[in-house]
Amino acid sequence: MTAVRRAAKSRNAARKPSATRRKPATKAKPAAPKAKTAARKAKSIAPKAKTIAPKAKTAAPKAKTAAPKAKTTAPKAKTTAPKAKPATRASRPRSAPASGAPRSIRELMVYALWIELDATERYRELADAMEMHNNRGVEELFRKMAVIEGKHAEKIMKQMGWTSVPPLPSGPAPWPGYEGPESAAHDEVHYLMQPYHALEVALACEERALRFFENLVRVARVPEVRAAATEMRDEEREHVGLVRAWMAKVARPDDGWADDPDPPRYHD
Amino acid sequence: MTPTSSTATAEKPAAVLTHANYKSGAKPIWCPGCGDYSVLSSITKALAILQRPPEEVVVVSGIGCSSRIPAYTSCYGFHGVHGRALAAATGVKLARPELTVLVAGGDGDGYSIGGNHFLHACRRNVDMTYIVMDNHVYGMTKGQPSPTTEPDWDSKLAPGGTGIRAFNPLVVALASGANFVARAFSGDPNGTADLIAKAVRHPGFSFIEILSPCVTFRPEQRDWKDHVHPAPVTATDDPARAARRLMTDDGMNVGVLYAGNRNPYPLGPKGKSVPLADLEAEFAP
Amino acid sequence: MKTPTSSTTPHAGLSIALAGSGGSGVMTAGTLLLSAAAKAGAYGLMVRTSGPQIRGGEAAALIRLARTPVASLDDRFHLLLAIDWQNVHRFADEIPLSAGSVVIGEEAEGEVPAAFTSTGARCLSLPLKKTAKGIPGSWTNMVALGLAGTLAGIPREALAEALKDSWKRDPAALAANLAAIEAGAQAAADIDGVPALPALAARSGRWLISGNEAAGFGAIRGGIRFVAAYPITPATELLEWMAPALTKVGGSLLQAEDELASINMIVGSSFAGVPSLTATAGPGLALMTEGIGLAVSAEVPVVVVDVMRGGPSTGIPAKSEQSDLSYAVSGLHGDAPRIVVAPTSIADCLHTTQWAVHLAEALQSPAIVLSDQFMGQSRAIIDRPADLGFIGKRLTVGPNAPDFKRYRDTPSGVSPMSIPGNPGTTYTADGLEKNEAGIPSSGAKDHRVQLDKRERKLKLHDYGDFWADVEGDGELAVITFGSATGPVREAIARAAAAGVPARLVAMRLIAPALPEKLDAALDGVKHVLVVEQNHGAQFYRYLRAWFDLPGKPESFHRPGPLPLKPAELAEAILAAGRRESSRAGKPATNRA
Repeated sequence: MTAVRRAAKSRNAARKPSATRRKPATKAKPAAPKAKTAARKAKSIAPKAKTIAPKAKTAAPKAKTAAPKAKTTAPKAKTTAPKAKPATRASRPRSAPASGAPRSIRELMVYALWIELDATERYRELADAMEMHNNRGVEELFRKMAVIEGKHAEKIMKQMGWTSVPPLPSGPAPWPGYEGPESAAHDEVHYLMQPYHALEVALACEERALRFFENLVRVARVPEVRAAATEMRDEEREHVGLVRAWMAKVARPDDGWADDPDPPRYHD
Repeated sequence: MTPTSSTATAEKPAAVLTHANYKSGAKPIWCPGCGDYSVLSSITKALAILQRPPEEVVVVSGIGCSSRIPAYTSCYGFHGVHGRALAAATGVKLARPELTVLVAGGDGDGYSIGGNHFLHACRRNVDMTYIVMDNHVYGMTKGQPSPTTEPDWDSKLAPGGTGIRAFNPLVVALASGANFVARAFSGDPNGTADLIAKAVRHPGFSFIEILSPCVTFRPEQRDWKDHVHPAPVTATDDPARAARRLMTDDGMNVGVLYAGNRNPYPLGPKGKSVPLADLEAEFAP
Repeated sequence: MKTPTSSTTPHAGLSIALAGSGGSGVMTAGTLLLSAAAKAGAYGLMVRTSGPQIRGGEAAALIRLARTPVASLDDRFHLLLAIDWQNVHRFADEIPLSAGSVVIGEEAEGEVPAAFTSTGARCLSLPLKKTAKGIPGSWTNMVALGLAGTLAGIPREALAEALKDSWKRDPAALAANLAAIEAGAQAAADIDGVPALPALAARSGRWLISGNEAAGFGAIRGGIRFVAAYPITPATELLEWMAPALTKVGGSLLQAEDELASINMIVGSSFAGVPSLTATAGPGLALMTEGIGLAVSAEVPVVVVDVMRGGPSTGIPAKSEQSDLSYAVSGLHGDAPRIVVAPTSIADCLHTTQWAVHLAEALQSPAIVLSDQFMGQSRAIIDRPADLGFIGKRLTVGPNAPDFKRYRDTPSGVSPMSIPGNPGTTYTADGLEKNEAGIPSSGAKDHRVQLDKRERKLKLHDYGDFWADVEGDGELAVITFGSATGPVREAIARAAAAGVPARLVAMRLIAPALPEKLDAALDGVKHVLVVEQNHGAQFYRYLRAWFDLPGKPESFHRPGPLPLKPAELAEAILAAGRRESSRAGKPATNRA
């Protein structure tokens, strides 16, 4: 009984926002900045990992459960040696930006717009999820982020003189990974996450966007496109700075932030 | 898996409907981090790719976390009883062949209590699409092993694990006659949207198993994103080859794994309608 | 006082049992006899009974013919004609004989079993097989048909015509079998003691139909265009009749993998806008209850025909019993109002099923039709049922209806429904409790509003006079339902002939319970007898729970498999009449 309860608790505690796990997608391309962010992320997670460790040997249940055993070990190897990973990621058709660099300013801006629109929508979804789970602080923050991204989108519309949203060009999108670089993955959140974590999520998004435009600057052949991409890159760089500054003003979560005194089953 | 772009609208530039048109606006009750959020997004994006008016789509489900999905869409929804989604959906499609029918649910709903309907839906091959969000656990009842749970997964109801090997839904679907078999990963909403659109377009019964992590009871499933990979080969229409692949893959192959060409269950009137009075003739002594 | 018997009543008619083992062809002979009787202008009823074997078992066709409509078997048979005696004695209970009966056996098959001789019946033997052998290509059962038909007073032409109409084989063999009928008819000349029907005049406009067929046709008349079902005795023939019929009217039938699928399929198809039905028997109904509850909660019209058989569990699959009543009226979890109706005769299977479709659609509710094996599998010659105007029609909204709320709390309790395909009014049908807009809700107020609404819509509906067959008057009333109505009606006639008038109330609408309707029907009644065919007096208990019955209500109930017989019911009515009189201090009016 106690063993099960402990296991359940550990499972409960094990959840954490893991903007951190993102490495693979990002690693594939721009090497330099990535390494930096990865290191930073690792740091921010580290305390969490520690907090969880004592409680429950989170690792133990994981090993047991992960679908086919073989896999459990495989990813770990990857995490430590990111370079080895591209194999899997690269095989995804969409992670081929070099050749897919926009050929015109319009194309570039269509992508930029959709990056912002997708990000806006995702932040709204995450805010809804937080609202439904009574996490008002983070809900508010995600809503703010949605507003900010929405404004970015508006700005692009205005700049381009668009009155309606142009569709994305068909074919592989020029970014790596599953979604637009500024969209937070659905699984990067936790019901007890704190504003600081939300900002970590936002930071990861901004950094992905930054790397995306940095890469475009590098691969763009058309001078005007390169110039515009440079502008976008600088904006993203600014955003990264803003989020960092914001984070500096927000309290860091305690070690036990994910602790829930109640088990998932109230009737236990 | 050949995702084309970040949003469903991309495929049809002249699109009138965007994925937002397929959202009801109701806020999901799923745990933050749940893979089902992404699947919802995929379904709406797939419908935008297909450009089906929401009122001509029926989303049918049973009971479970994932079965909450119909009400989160702006389509007609049917949230029935546990395990019977495929039966209800079959009724909808037979009654109204012109409607697009999506069935959604979880592994417990589809493979345990609804197992028999799963077999027969595959076998019957009615033109509809079955989306299973598989997280290898009963989430709504809070953490019991499901048919796809690993045998050694410890839980209150089965301390030390069930000791029973996991069910292989894709192999079962193939053996039972499903005309389209695919695996997707919730973490790739766009790729999954494309798969769903393909499944809907494919005639007959299409089955998509979506690995959709339960972050509450199976937090380790967050690692799935590091395990999944595109199927290394293209889809086959040869059931024997598909079976061999499915039996030997690592459970993390994502993409269309089998696309067959069996004739779908015939729908619609089979002949000319006669006046009711004509039916009386046989009662004359 | 002497119990009245069939011979004392004017329309008792003639009862014939044709028996034999597998391969003897008695069922075919019986079917042709009934068909010939219909052609000749008689009314009639044929009940089939057989052993548990799939093929080759002993079988009997139990036939009653009369000049007036026949709704039950008689108390005894005038003629038992057996092509062989293989295990036919097992039917001794079902083929009651008396000293006045005639038993004809096949000469080559030996002695008549003691179970029959002990009744005192007159036993004869004839060389039926030898006669058939003498006519190359002919069958013994056709000799039997000629014999039995002629004894019954059916003209040979009608017998010959019945055979010709059904003949699908070699024409040469038809001639041989017509000759066999003729040979059998000639053999009848030497036999007396069988009361032939008086001279008949051929009549058109009659139907020869089983209750299962009638229910299927009623369903189609009511608007059913989709059926999903799982085969089960004794409902299968209903499905087999509907399968081709539905395709002729633009509908379809699907054989489901089980009853859980059947019910959920039709809830799905009806949700999609097509009136839908399933048919089953007790075991299937048990499996369906969760899905029926879903139809209650989601307010989806569906019709479930339960062709009742002996229970519980697998019970007695091919025999009749009215023992699913309690389950039908209360076998759902939660407070789940539903419609339960019961046809009162084979002919009424048509009207009541049609009505059930009408009610289900009008009230967006499941409707359970309680037929039974007796009505379902028996064939009767009936007058063509009138075309009733009961058509399934549900209240729906048009495109982009403003402020649409699927479960709006309307005064009638019926809320307009939106059918998939209709733009601007999408919603999710749900088994979860919900608010008026259809959004899941666990709120106390929403639960109360929806419970009230679902109850109210059934209670407030105007069911008109069709809720029951109310006949006659008197201070004694017999309340019954379903297939018991036929023998009760006959028993009331006999009791009346014996000086005890009684009122008949055969309730077609079982649920919702409408006490004010029954009160009106029982106006002036001081004493009530409730008749039903089950062991637990389920109908009696149901009535006592929901209705105020006058006096001290009595119950006549007994289980299957034997059908209720007029004599036992007449006796019960006379006894009840005596008690009523003694309580009232009046002298008994029964003529002894």
